[in-house]
Amino acid sequence: MKSGRLLTSVVAPAIALVIAFGFAAIALLLVGIDPITAYKEMWVFGTTPESLIITVNNAIPLFVSALAVAVGFKMGLFNIGVEGTYLLAALFAAYVGAQFSTTPVLHVTAILLVAVLVGAFWAWIPAYLKVKRGVHEVIATIMLNYIAFALSAYLFLNVFRAETAGLTIATDLIPETGWIPSLNPLLTALGIEVRAGANLHGFLVIAIVLGVGYHYLVNKSRFGYDLRASGINPTAANASGVDPKKMIIRTMLISGGLAGLVGIAPLLGFYHQYPQDFPRNFGFNGIAVALLGRNSAVGMAFGALLFGFMQRSALILDLRDVPKEIVTIIQGIVVLAVVIVYEVVSKYVQRRVIASAAAATDFDPVTSGVAA
Amino acid sequence: MAQAPAIQLEGVTKRYPGVVANKDVELTVASGEVHAIVGENGAGKSTLMKIVYGMVRPDEGTITIEGAPVNFRTPKDAIDAGIGMVHQHFMLADNLTVLENVILGSEPRSGVMIDFEGASERIRILGESYGLRLQPNQKVEKLSVGERQRVEIIKVLYRGAQILILDEPTAVLVPQEVNELFDSIRDLREEGHTILFISHKLDEVLSIADRITVMRDGQTVGHTTPAEVDSRQLAEMMIGSELPSPETKESTVQEEVLLDVSDLAIFSESGRPVLEDINFVVRKGEIVGIAGVEGNGQAQLVDSLLGLAPTSTGSINLAGKSMVGLETRERRAAGIGLIPEDRHRQGLLLPSPLWENAALGHQYKEPYANGIWIDKKGTREHTAEIVRRFDVATPNVDVPATALSGGNQQKLVVGREIMAGPVVLIAAQPTRGIDIGAQAAVWEELKTARAAGMGILLISADLDELIGLSDTIHVLFEGRLVAKLDPSEITPEILGSYMTGAEEKKAS
Amino acid sequence: MTALVDRYRKADRSVRIVVIALVAVLVMTIAELVTGTSDLTSRSTASAALRLAIPILLAGLGGLYSERSGVVNIGLEGMMIAGTWFAAWGAWMFGPWEGVILGVAGGAVFGLLHALATVTFNVDHIVSGVAINILGLGAMRFLSSIVYTPETGGSVIQSPPIDGIANIDLPFLAGGQLFGWNSPDFFGWLENLELFLISDIAGIIRGFTGGINWLTLLALALVPITAWLLWRTPWGLRLRSCGEDPWAAESLGVRVLRMKYYGVIISGMLSGLAGAFLVLVQAGIYREGMTGGRGFIGLGALIFGNWMPVGVLGGSLVFGFGDSLRFRGPEVVRSFILAVAIGLIAYGVYSAVRSRLRAAIIQIVIGAAFLVYYLQVVEVSNQLLAALPYVITLLVLAAASQHLRMPAADGARYAKGEAR
Repeated sequence: MKSGRLLTSVVAPAIALVIAFGFAAIALLLVGIDPITAYKEMWVFGTTPESLIITVNNAIPLFVSALAVAVGFKMGLFNIGVEGTYLLAALFAAYVGAQFSTTPVLHVTAILLVAVLVGAFWAWIPAYLKVKRGVHEVIATIMLNYIAFALSAYLFLNVFRAETAGLTIATDLIPETGWIPSLNPLLTALGIEVRAGANLHGFLVIAIVLGVGYHYLVNKSRFGYDLRASGINPTAANASGVDPKKMIIRTMLISGGLAGLVGIAPLLGFYHQYPQDFPRNFGFNGIAVALLGRNSAVGMAFGALLFGFMQRSALILDLRDVPKEIVTIIQGIVVLAVVIVYEVVSKYVQRRVIASAAAATDFDPVTSGVAA
Repeated sequence: MAQAPAIQLEGVTKRYPGVVANKDVELTVASGEVHAIVGENGAGKSTLMKIVYGMVRPDEGTITIEGAPVNFRTPKDAIDAGIGMVHQHFMLADNLTVLENVILGSEPRSGVMIDFEGASERIRILGESYGLRLQPNQKVEKLSVGERQRVEIIKVLYRGAQILILDEPTAVLVPQEVNELFDSIRDLREEGHTILFISHKLDEVLSIADRITVMRDGQTVGHTTPAEVDSRQLAEMMIGSELPSPETKESTVQEEVLLDVSDLAIFSESGRPVLEDINFVVRKGEIVGIAGVEGNGQAQLVDSLLGLAPTSTGSINLAGKSMVGLETRERRAAGIGLIPEDRHRQGLLLPSPLWENAALGHQYKEPYANGIWIDKKGTREHTAEIVRRFDVATPNVDVPATALSGGNQQKLVVGREIMAGPVVLIAAQPTRGIDIGAQAAVWEELKTARAAGMGILLISADLDELIGLSDTIHVLFEGRLVAKLDPSEITPEILGSYMTGAEEKKAS
Repeated sequence: MTALVDRYRKADRSVRIVVIALVAVLVMTIAELVTGTSDLTSRSTASAALRLAIPILLAGLGGLYSERSGVVNIGLEGMMIAGTWFAAWGAWMFGPWEGVILGVAGGAVFGLLHALATVTFNVDHIVSGVAINILGLGAMRFLSSIVYTPETGGSVIQSPPIDGIANIDLPFLAGGQLFGWNSPDFFGWLENLELFLISDIAGIIRGFTGGINWLTLLALALVPITAWLLWRTPWGLRLRSCGEDPWAAESLGVRVLRMKYYGVIISGMLSGLAGAFLVLVQAGIYREGMTGGRGFIGLGALIFGNWMPVGVLGGSLVFGFGDSLRFRGPEVVRSFILAVAIGLIAYGVYSAVRSRLRAAIIQIVIGAAFLVYYLQVVEVSNQLLAALPYVITLLVLAAASQHLRMPAADGARYAKGEAR
């Protein structure tokens, strides 16, 4: 059983990565580029201390996004709307955060609260439509993505825009009390040399807390039991006392709240305002990370770091005349590959477990680790 | 020169991981005879039939049809060889019409399109020849169980089957419908068809079969005829030992009423009554049986008691406390337990470990929960307790539920529900689809629980089980309780006639 | 009044849909009279609605084949994206019709991937669909980066401009050419008579029959072809049986796995064709993101159409109309808002007649809100308009989802030889 766990959570994603990098290598060869040197360049560039900090910074929103998606996945709900949700939430958070200034803790908390509330609301809509009208949440959340894009574009250009004349269009700057400080002082205290310009986002701490919270909520709490039961067998879950409608709404609210926080790390750690080119694609890549990490907190952390690493190290490729889009195709292939490999591996593991259980049916509480 | 046997199997073996489903099976079915294969659940009858029908390929052995050796790769090969299978669980697509279901895979053509008229005509003729009348353009979802079985038989005859395999055909029928089916079988035999009939209902087998083959643990253990054995002997051949029975001796019923249901009714969206006029009580130390053919409202009754039905009127009182308006979780917390009729659908999380399954339905209270957290240690210990007391065959409590056999899964479900100490336990088809050993164990546990004062609502289609276990029997027919009977005064035949609505006997 | 409502409610579903459509046109005509525009029901609006409906129709039909065979296909968008890229590349390298074929092929490849994952490896259908969408985006961007180097005139996010496929007018109905002879223009004539309601309907039909494209005709023809194929031929019956009960089909010798592959690959082909249409008929260029969620809207049309070909056509026309509104100019949008207001209030009256007072009040209140919005808005901002097709899709699905019935085994996990 233990080896089965190892196989599915580590070996399966690893195989998928090999497949993805392999296919990408073939694609590179076909256009006359040596994949080995390309990968080596990426590795060398990506492992400088500065790059590693950027990798972690890249990983943070991906991780939070994956958490948001995974909460839904565990219940069999597909929240594809993280992309639109986080942009809308970041916009509101940036605007509200720029309106006042108080003690840093209060200020940041207020901004976070706005983001969470906007996100939860935007996820409540598809949840309500599903529960009351039977609309499938995949289509609803995707439609709401596009609606969020339109709404945030409208609000950004017409309502939330800062009055300043200048080349960049953005919301007002958030006062410094609303910034999350960088963790670089901590790094220097630990003896790690960091070049100026690469700041480790302080939101990392919050992200870790969220990850731990996710793990305990889903795996150890009564709510998490109900959540997972609803995903595995909704009929049995209902007979056991789970109210399906309440479950759907609660789960989507949590998912939406998390989604709202996705953009906070770059917002409060780097931009301090919402510009027109606020980073995109955290939502969709978050789905990929959730799939890669098999909805486990640790797995998703690794997946986020991997994606962050690839995103950073790909920048060197531009200077070497290699299309940096190679990274996007690796990411695309890895998603499809991991879901296929996971199915194959877990089926194999399940067969072995059933066979060994059928073979050894003498129950011994001592060896089964339950009682003395 | 004797005619070659219709079917001849020699040395047929089939292995699956962890179990040998068929071992060295030997079977001879003469042409034009009705041949029965009997054995308890898990004896390997279904696997053997799948091999004969081409759905599964044997690892060893030979199959000869009408004297010629065959090697079926798919059901189509078997169909071409004149074999037709009427499955136990009907293989019908609800949204398609009778005609579409019948012709699927062997569609008559008119150019490039389907020849609907020709097919319709053929179905009509077949129906009239064997008393299996059907409306070709009706959607299957609208048909009754007996009519659906007719579709399955017509499906097989439509393809020119000479040899028909019937897998537990009477599992969902009451005695009167069984007689109608047997008349059709006799008609078919007269026309020269060969019938292979799988059943574990021994009285029926003795009344219809020409010859009988007994299977046990994947092997053929005997061949006989109705003239040579009675049902008791046949049963002992099947299990190799004494047959257990559910019969109870002394009454443990007390005065105190645990469950009081009055004027319960459920209406469908269009206003039609699905359940109406339901009145009964369950007393302390009593097993109340609800008899009925599947589909007469049993599932709805369970749903309404649990709070899963959308709208119902009437009152439900558990130990004096009203359940109306309470959610499912509150009702279960108040003391309603459930052994669901389909353990896979409603009772288990198959991929999850046993200890997580033990908590299902009770995950909000001790020993499974501790505040807002799940108490993993307490749960595992409690699960070990269940496994020990209810003799669930498993190496540990971490294996996924799907690794257990059906009987052991059911024992786990029964165990977790009984050990949760409910006020009233709803047991829906508690011994369906499990081997005789597990069945006997479940009956014993239910009797023990009753003796300790638990009230049990037993909903079953197994007439022997109902008569053997219940203190009182109500009959559910078309959503209404049409009879209240004393088990000591009736036989399965009498019960069956109430179940088909032929008679009514209201409570006095 | 009550008697009329009763007759309506008892009528056949198709009759009720025709009535709703007529009422919708009537409401829009009235709105036009009030606002003084004639553009809501004009030929150009109808023409634009049809043109924008076609990709949705093709994606929806693709979804039909897949889901009728039992495989949920969320990846229609990714397959459409592949279709856009390959169609543009094919047209740029060879010619427009080669572009069509390559677009279809590109979609088919992604369909094959989805089939592989779901049918052979039993991956959850929705997860696979999402993965296909992600892969489609990434792969096409990668292909652009290596093919459209700066010298070609393209870039990572768009191709160089390409030739499209020409439009035609249908003969007799819209005055098209017939072997070189100019035929009379029946609906155009009827439209110009400016008769109340009749000319508006004529205008709509004229919009559907003039200035249309061969690909449009092909797409429209696919509707009856699909209906015939799936309900009248053995192949179609077998395909549908895989979506209703694959175990029953398997027991009768139907090659279920193979049929599912067919269904999913066809859905890829049709989505690819939708992408080709977008590039060759509408845009004349490949641009990243040009599909804009139409694959998902197509899925919405499929659901709205209750998994029937004619229903998909109806749904795609409604959603295509919604898509087209934002390009029609502020006056038309204002008329539409007024039409929505009138329609909601009328629906509220209808609900009141049926004694559903709470629903009636909600509908009349929202209708009044739209009326107020109409009265005070001058020009709806472009950014908000961009949301219109998606809002309409969402609202339509919310209204209609109750009475729909998908194939019984759609999305079911099926493995050969396994029990249910």
